[in-house]
Amino acid sequence: MSLQTPPIDLQCQNLCKTFGSHRAVREISFAIPSGSFFSILGPSGCGKTTLLRMLAGFLEPDSGDIRIKSQSMLGVPPNKRPLNMVFQHLALFPMMSVGDNIGYGLRRRSVGADEIRRRVADVLKRVGLPDAAEKRVDQLSGGQKQRIALARCLVLEPTVLLLDEPLGALDLKLREQMKIELKQLQQTFGTTFVYITHDQSEAMVMSDQVAVMNHGRFEQVASPQALYYAPATPFVAGFVGDSNRIEGRLVGGGEGPRILSRHGLSLAVSPAGEHPLEDGAGVEAFVRPESIRVARGVHDMASDNQLVATVETVLFDGANSRIEVRESVHQLDLLVRLPQTHEFADLRRGETVSLGWMSGQTLCFASGGGDGDRGGGQGGRG
Amino acid sequence: MIPTLPRSNGVRVGFVAYVMLFFAYLAAPLVIVGLFAFNDSRFPALPWNGFTWDWFFASGPERTGVFHDRAVLRSIATSAWVAGFVTFFSVLFATLNAFLFERHQFPGKNLLYICMLLPLVIPGVILGISILVFASGIANRADALLNLELDFLRPGLVLVVLGQFAFLTTIATLIISARLRKFDRSLEEAALNLGATPVVAIFTITLPYLRPALVGAALVCFLMSFENFNTTLMLVGSDAPLTITLFSRLREGATPLLNAVSLLLMLGSSLLALVSIAFQRKT
Amino acid sequence: MKSDGLRLGTWLLLGPALLWLLLLIVLPHVDMLLVSLRQRTGFGQYQTSTVHYLAFFTEPLYWRTFMRTAVMSILATILTLVIAFPVAWYIAKMVRGRVRSLLFMACLVPFWVSELVRTYGWMILLRETGVVSGFLQWTGLASGSVEMLYNDVAVMVGLVYASMLFMVVPLVTTLDSLDDCLIEAAYDLGGNGWSVLREIVIPFAMPGIVSGCIVVFMLSLGNYLTPVLLGGKGSMWFTEQIFTQFIVRFNWEQGAAFGVLLLVLSSLIVWLGLKLTRQSFTEVMR
Repeated sequence: MSLQTPPIDLQCQNLCKTFGSHRAVREISFAIPSGSFFSILGPSGCGKTTLLRMLAGFLEPDSGDIRIKSQSMLGVPPNKRPLNMVFQHLALFPMMSVGDNIGYGLRRRSVGADEIRRRVADVLKRVGLPDAAEKRVDQLSGGQKQRIALARCLVLEPTVLLLDEPLGALDLKLREQMKIELKQLQQTFGTTFVYITHDQSEAMVMSDQVAVMNHGRFEQVASPQALYYAPATPFVAGFVGDSNRIEGRLVGGGEGPRILSRHGLSLAVSPAGEHPLEDGAGVEAFVRPESIRVARGVHDMASDNQLVATVETVLFDGANSRIEVRESVHQLDLLVRLPQTHEFADLRRGETVSLGWMSGQTLCFASGGGDGDRGGGQGGRG
Repeated sequence: MIPTLPRSNGVRVGFVAYVMLFFAYLAAPLVIVGLFAFNDSRFPALPWNGFTWDWFFASGPERTGVFHDRAVLRSIATSAWVAGFVTFFSVLFATLNAFLFERHQFPGKNLLYICMLLPLVIPGVILGISILVFASGIANRADALLNLELDFLRPGLVLVVLGQFAFLTTIATLIISARLRKFDRSLEEAALNLGATPVVAIFTITLPYLRPALVGAALVCFLMSFENFNTTLMLVGSDAPLTITLFSRLREGATPLLNAVSLLLMLGSSLLALVSIAFQRKT
Repeated sequence: MKSDGLRLGTWLLLGPALLWLLLLIVLPHVDMLLVSLRQRTGFGQYQTSTVHYLAFFTEPLYWRTFMRTAVMSILATILTLVIAFPVAWYIAKMVRGRVRSLLFMACLVPFWVSELVRTYGWMILLRETGVVSGFLQWTGLASGSVEMLYNDVAVMVGLVYASMLFMVVPLVTTLDSLDDCLIEAAYDLGGNGWSVLREIVIPFAMPGIVSGCIVVFMLSLGNYLTPVLLGGKGSMWFTEQIFTQFIVRFNWEQGAAFGVLLLVLSSLIVWLGLKLTRQSFTEVMR
């Protein structure tokens, strides 16, 4: 724990929302410190949009509380909340100029015309589009629209800014660029951002804290590093980053826990997650492709786990090249990241390779229980 | 405002009540007209004297029902003839127009398009008199210069057909163009690629695609022609279509016979509407 | 080869369109203008003159009928818009699925029924021995029978009714294309019902509002049945005046002049409306 805790801007307690028989959001609690970039990451249908719309005030929670700066927001209509939202498709008003779009919220607060002009010009300068005020919305490029949508909210100096997958509509290159820009804007404005996405790269690159959401709950709330290196649940281990998932059962041993995979392979693992592991219980282990060392031919890899395998497919993708291999004896399929050394430049299908990795890189969770019954919330800081 | 925004119960109830009131307003005259077709009284007015079929089937001399009123029956036949001709020509011209405006570029296209829209904003009465004046002028000159008697240019059914055709073609063009605009031209290109000639491609691919719009336009034209009054009033001669007959009866003094005819008209239109809906569903 | 074939096709398609527009729309109206500008001096003898237009400005009856028609039509247009807008909003935004298509269809129903029948229905409702009068007596709100026909209110009720559909349909179409997100965004930025209506909804719906208003205005201006049947003898509608000149008095020159004036008036008001709302005719009519 840090010595000086910043004040909490947004806090939710036991938030629930049910549509018919579908429990979209279940018992979600979290607190977001002032000035931080908080992402909610989850697959589509996990309830993140429902959660966001409750925060914005377009849905009433069935139970639980939402507090902004320790003031309850229950019953407060969306236009009275000190929080603004960047919509998925931005929702820039097509019948107004860029300047009028940005000034819209200020006009609602009866700010004087001169003051509005000054503040609009100021915020446009800060988002790097100083001459855009007179333009029509349809004259802007995708990235410019993004910045205008942001400026339209930030000019109101909200306590919290909600962002609903705003980068979804952009092409890949622009998205990469906007990730960096968004992060920089958040830092210069110092506003608390709550960012919703299904794209883990967006969440990881920009966020101070990421909540991984699944089936209406938070699986883990942690820094991007902690999510990656110390996932708390098998869902997080599988969802954040790439992983090889190996099912099997735990067998006791002298030198630490091992699992016997379905394929009959014995691997050294290290236990993870909240549930204690018992001998003989079903488990799932996760190994990241980038944790596995590779060598051509048959070698001693000096690792806890060593295998000899055949290359099935070479997936060349520049810096992110990988191979699919099949373990020779037990037919276990694995995905392995290729190191960027010249050594593997002419690796071909059918070649034999040696693989090795340490037990510490093989996180092992009790299987079956991971997907639904865990309470969200208390993730550690990394 | 929209369902996702919180609003009070009072506002919601008030809104629903308003909408219901609106639909009551829409329905009231139609329901009343239909209802009084069955009133056992000589006037389509209160008091209600009990139920009767007389205004449909009575054969006189006290009361004459629709099915025994020769003048009314004849005018229905006249209207049907007129509507048939108008529909045929309107849909034919409209289809050609749709291809012209959607597929072809030519100088003055915008001007012509505006001209094409004009009949929508010209009041029916004006359209009627302008055609009347123009046709009579030609007939008079033909009579004076060539000693030719062009009877069809005098007020009568030919002019009625021309007058209705003049503005219904615009409506049909709009309906058919809207569908043609949605047509994916790569389908035609595929047909050409598979060996069809351009004309064959249009007849085997494009026109079948347009069929819902063609049928819809035809129904609208038929109905609007059958029910047209303003333009018809100015151009009509001795053979009166139904609306003209009803109007003159109405001025003489209404009887529930008019209600009975109106009810039959409404039933006919609903039947056409159902046919059109069924047709749109099918395709 | 493409361009030649296209050329021929264009000419072939231009033929019918030009024939239709020239013979039935353009030339008749030009002819009407010419007829209005001549004066009959003897049997089959005419001279060019503006006497029929002068008559319009010097005869107060004509002039007043003309103004009355225009003012009542504008009023009917505004009333129709105000009544139709909430209904269109309800259909476009508040209901979904079957209810929605059902309500939309219900708006179209009166359109499928002849104008004559609709007007006749209002006559039965509003006349002295009519349904509304009977209802008022039955509830005790009126002691004797009440004549509600043959006055301006009755004409207004009929005019609004006759053109309601042409307002509701374009409004529903444009409001439908208004993304709910825009309204939510406006609320989120601090807007309330009224400001969202003024700054977001109405500007967005402007093309629909203008096209609805133009059509309704034209329909009201050119309406003949409603003022004649619901307004009675004193209705003083301009189309009635045209009919009188043509059919009753057989004064075609005067009638043609009135026709031209009505067209000029309506074009003028439509043009003004388009200018004020910065819309274009071809876009609005689509």
